[in-house]
Amino acid sequence: MSEKVKVRIDGEVLTATTGQTILEVARANNTYIPALCYMEGLSAVGACRLCMVEISGVGKLQPACTTPVQEGLAVVTASPQLEAYRKIALELLFAERNHVCAVCVSSGHCELQTLAQDHGVTHVRYPYGYPRLAVDTSHPRYVLDHNRCILCSRCVRACAEIEGAHVWDFAGRGIRSMLVSELSRPWGEATTCTSCGKCVQACPTGAMAEKGWGVEEMTKQRSVVSRLSSMREGE
Amino acid sequence: MMDRPTIGTCWLDGCSGCHMSLLDIDEGVVAVLRKADIVFGPLVDAQEWPEGVDVAVVEGAISSQDDLRLAQTARARSSVVVALGDCAVTGNVPAMRNGIPTRKLLERIYVEGATDQPQIPTEGVPALLKQAQPLHQSIRVDVHVPGCPPKPNAILTVLSDLLEGREPDLGSRLRFG
Ligand code: SF4
Ligand code: SF4
Ligand code: SF4
Ligand code: FES
Repeated sequence: MSEKVKVRIDGEVLTATTGQTILEVARANNTYIPALCYMEGLSAVGACRLCMVEISGVGKLQPACTTPVQEGLAVVTASPQLEAYRKIALELLFAERNHVCAVCVSSGHCELQTLAQDHGVTHVRYPYGYPRLAVDTSHPRYVLDHNRCILCSRCVRACAEIEGAHVWDFAGRGIRSMLVSELSRPWGEATTCTSCGKCVQACPTGAMAEKGWGVEEMTKQRSVVSRLSSMREGE
Repeated sequence: MMDRPTIGTCWLDGCSGCHMSLLDIDEGVVAVLRKADIVFGPLVDAQEWPEGVDVAVVEGAISSQDDLRLAQTARARSSVVVALGDCAVTGNVPAMRNGIPTRKLLERIYVEGATDQPQIPTEGVPALLKQAQPLHQSIRVDVHVPGCPPKPNAILTVLSDLLEGREPDLGSRLRFG
């Protein structure tokens, strides 16, 4: 049974329902917490660490997207410490793969790029890894460019939870993790893929795109995934 | 009268687009030139980066021995160094070669890719470094102005801030790509 609880976000007392996460309560009350791997309508996984918040009485920062609210919880969503931490998280995402916004289909419509700009990331303080990564063009309609993938798993969840196809998974660990379709077959040969495009729409970066678009041309209908999910909840 | 502030500019591994954007600040250029002299760079004749420059504006990634030397000279002889554009700030397009060994890269382009006189040039060209790197990997950079190229008004904001003694702040003009 869900109950009403009172929580405090940035000093303001808000009414929430048990089962809601800090991020959901904040969004419902127009408090901005940056988030990248979170997508409304999909399960939350806490992968990107951008939504970290301070909780009073808890020594460690906690991800707002996976932490449920409870009575009396007091949360701080913005502080110099959090700001510094979020910048580091963003810079590390850039350092891990090859992001070349100047030649990217998603430039100007990319959640990673926008967050970096909003958070004043003027440059990346860590050495870039420059890994050599593949671009999978085997699917007739879509491309997957591993150079731009931030391993957020939004595509994995959109495909598994909304489309019910579960084409995507991760192989490998840590920095070597790689998004794979169907036991590492090229995407175009994945027999379970229905070509619905939900993964592409869910992807926050230029890692997944429709074929045929040039630099800056790929815009995504992110609300499609969230809307489908909320319609199903109502069924 | 106080000495007029001086600006030096140079381009390393870049396409000159950032310098074009610098010229694109139109009346802004006049406003800047009213306050400062450009004493080195592709826009003026000087042969060598002078001592005691106030603001160094550097376009391009560091890709060759010559790039590295010029960047180090600009750093040593200037009070403030501005990394201008994505190539200087992130490595950008020049860094797309970084996963490929230099030798293989040169062979692919100058031998396999050549229709006429296939050979890797060695005379009169500086040695390539293993990787093209952003400026701040080799020298201390004070201000980063990303963009490919940065918008003229972003450049103007930063130059005006520096010439008028303010801490440059791009704010909402911060933009990659
Ligand atoms: S995915 Fe986003 S951050 Fe990465 S290169 Fe493309 S626009 Fe830039
Ligand atoms: S196109 Fe649809 S079915 Fe195919 S991988 Fe993407 S979400 Fe899954
Ligand atoms: S392809 Fe896109 S949605 Fe999938 S993990 Fe990579 S960045 Fe996230
Ligand atoms: S949005 Fe919470 S960890 Fe990514």
